[in-house]
Amino acid sequence: MACEQWRGKLDLYSDGELAPADEAALRAHLNSCAACAVDVLDRVQLKHAVHAAGKRYEPSAQLRAQIAKTVAKTTAKKAPSANVWGWRIIFVPAVVMLIFALALNFYVGREYAGRQRVYSELADLHVATLASATPVDVISSDKHTVKPWFQGKIPFTFNLPELPGSEFSLIGGRVTYLEQTPGAQLIYQVRKHEISVFIFPERALPMPSLLAGPVNALSFNTESWTQNGLRYFVLGDASAGDIRALSKLLRDAG
Amino acid sequence: MDGWLVYPMRVSEDPSASSFEDLAMPLFDQLYNFARWLTQDTAEAEDLVQETYAKALRGFGSFRQGTNFRAWMYRILRNSFLSSRAGLKIVVPLDEEENENILPAASTTPESILIGEANREMVRHALAELPIHFREILLLCEVEDMSYQEISATLGIPAGTVMSRLSRARKALRGLLQQNLEGGRHGV
Repeated sequence: MACEQWRGKLDLYSDGELAPADEAALRAHLNSCAACAVDVLDRVQLKHAVHAAGKRYEPSAQLRAQIAKTVAKTTAKKAPSANVWGWRIIFVPAVVMLIFALALNFYVGREYAGRQRVYSELADLHVATLASATPVDVISSDKHTVKPWFQGKIPFTFNLPELPGSEFSLIGGRVTYLEQTPGAQLIYQVRKHEISVFIFPERALPMPSLLAGPVNALSFNTESWTQNGLRYFVLGDASAGDIRALSKLLRDAG
Repeated sequence: MDGWLVYPMRVSEDPSASSFEDLAMPLFDQLYNFARWLTQDTAEAEDLVQETYAKALRGFGSFRQGTNFRAWMYRILRNSFLSSRAGLKIVVPLDEEENENILPAASTTPESILIGEANREMVRHALAELPIHFREILLLCEVEDMSYQEISATLGIPAGTVMSRLSRARKALRGLLQQNLEGGRHGV
């Protein structure tokens, strides 16, 4: 098997999560491929470095004694009660109330979790992009270069604003994915703050009504709206005012 | 609120055979270390561990056979942590790019010079700088030696997402280490 086909499994191998047959085959490949062997060695060294660095904090003896005492005391209190009916009279209504509360929590939580999932994913993409050595695939401040670059790579097109006279500058763009849907990620800069603009087809995203408006997601400021069948997300660590201003420029261009 | 946070889960051991004390106290040091990394504060970490044990004690009666006790404890701790901070939610992504695992082999990657004790502080600093959802998954995998399945149960995410998020977390950590190394070289 060629190196490219193994590359996606090197983390699994380093983490001991490969199936035995694959593990044996990869081990055989590593014996004959210096590049992959070095790659695995680097991953293992990083694992060891994090393992050593992560074991850092030790609890105080006082906390240990306190918790051990609480656990011992509570366990002792939980001796079976002779008054079985008394127990039921108290707990049956409590269980009914708990089930009702759980059902309510589940409904509200599911709606909220869907929205949070989308914003968490976008925050992930934003952070991972900025941490990357090559954050953008097309590097240009010229919208007439960036926009055509996406042709043939994503199933839609969009308009970008003219920026001269504003504080914003376009750094570049890359293709990205949300909910298995390809879209565009554009990186803008304002006073050293990077802002990601994500554009996806509206129909491909869940719960469109819940996504609109300004949100604070994982401490990032965001703004989102729908225009011409496209869902726009603007996300970054810039101020809410900057996020609003860039959103307005994009809306006006669309 | 406890009903939302404490999920009745199964334990692999028979509860009648193993007491809560026998199962939970050996996890004390690990749980504290994890709590301290999450909170970045000693007093908050101590409160969090106490809250975790209190909730686990209350929920222990609902255990049945079949589930990992350690993952259950970590999940209670993590949920308690999340509920203690308004606006901080690590509920997460579903789709992950398939190629996230593919990272170029390079002879001068940061990790190749991070083996020694002298550089341990640099890794700790980079870990503390990572976004919390990256930091926690790295700690569970590398420090707690959890399997993908255990991490999946602890964080409440599919195993596929565990893989891709781990890959992203490592990529972000490498980026920070590289930055710090370059900053160190320039500073000399």
